[in-house]
Amino acid sequence: MAGPTRGFLGRRRDRDPRLPPGQYDVGADWPVLTAEPTPRIVPETWSVTVDGRVGSPTTWTWAEVHRLPRSEYRGAIHCVTTWSRFDTWFAGVSVDTLLEAARPTDEARFVVATSKTGYTTNLPLEHVLGGKAWLVWEHDGRPLPVEHGGPVRLLVPHLYFWKSAKWVTRLTLLTRDQPGFWEQNGYHDLGDPWRQQRYQGD
Amino acid sequence: MAGVRRPVPRSVQLRLDVADRVDHLPGQHYVVRLTAPDGYTAQRSYSVASAPGDPLVELFVERLDDGEVSTHLADVVEPGDELEVRGPIGGWFVWDGATPALLVAGGVGVVPFVSMVRTAAELGRTDLLRVAVSTRTLAELAYADELAAAGALVVTTREPHGIRPAGRLAPADLVPLWEPGQTCYVCGSAAFAEAASQLLLGLGVPATSIRVERFGPNG
Repeated sequence: MAGPTRGFLGRRRDRDPRLPPGQYDVGADWPVLTAEPTPRIVPETWSVTVDGRVGSPTTWTWAEVHRLPRSEYRGAIHCVTTWSRFDTWFAGVSVDTLLEAARPTDEARFVVATSKTGYTTNLPLEHVLGGKAWLVWEHDGRPLPVEHGGPVRLLVPHLYFWKSAKWVTRLTLLTRDQPGFWEQNGYHDLGDPWRQQRYQGD
Repeated sequence: MAGVRRPVPRSVQLRLDVADRVDHLPGQHYVVRLTAPDGYTAQRSYSVASAPGDPLVELFVERLDDGEVSTHLADVVEPGDELEVRGPIGGWFVWDGATPALLVAGGVGVVPFVSMVRTAAELGRTDLLRVAVSTRTLAELAYADELAAAGALVVTTREPHGIRPAGRLAPADLVPLWEPGQTCYVCGSAAFAEAASQLLLGLGVPATSIRVERFGPNG
């Protein structure tokens, strides 16, 4: 680790304890960061499928997913580009609910989320179970805007936000880890902000 | 820090002598991390402007008034300073030096494209690149002369430029630059990147051929 930078004092002396190392509070802004053009998706034609190593591969339409038990997340989100945003409020359905219906087999260990754009991201199965992950279509009580992944995005707020795939349409359960888009392009496989797992080798 | 220049207002060009450097690909970035005496750190990513063959790594940083890292780099850093950097990083927004490409930049979004243009010159393949740049005014555009020499189309949104009145990048600007088979790279603010990528989609560019890098005061 390098020593102090000449002349640098830093600005924020009273760090919010909710802020992981190397992050700053972005306030009310919500930056948009994606690697591809924003797709146009009509909610009525959107659907999500859970497949792969499951007993019952299942697809839910926009109407069907809304009939599942509503689940909300209130708390922080953390982007690898170093902003964090506190007191967010998302609503949708818990990934637990989808997996209870699809029934992962005993050998399922990992999940790959796929977006309408072809974007993918990988997660260990235990990181989307137990109330840690959602599919969300509401933000602050309003429909999730398309630039933030609407109509429906994955939300895995305990990991860096690239894991929360925008425009999600598929969750595929796998026996082995399969690196997704950013994970193949230099970013960390897990992405825990509290351990600053930003890039490969962290 | 081997060199510090301020060729355009509210920004700084940094030339770094990086020990044990791994060559970057044009389009990749470095992370700069600043450490306070009490151990507090702040880090941000900045695109590389230099070509891999340059003995130094050149970063170009826009100074954001409320930017904790960019104000330090623009106002405090001097030649001879040591900086903690990490890189090169990123495997997506890179040019391979062999594929025809259309580069569309807004403002300081030109930086990764300067690296691509310089790399093309090193390889003798400047024929592969087409460049379009949107800037508020010419005086604010980083690497303006170099981009003009590379044949870039420059659009100014706040002042006339040549015979062209002030205005945003339009489909008619990109039509002569786009050819099937090109990979399109878009770099700029979130608003610019969204507008430019929708412009390309409108021309019939497949979404899978468009690579976008968005940045902003908060990105």
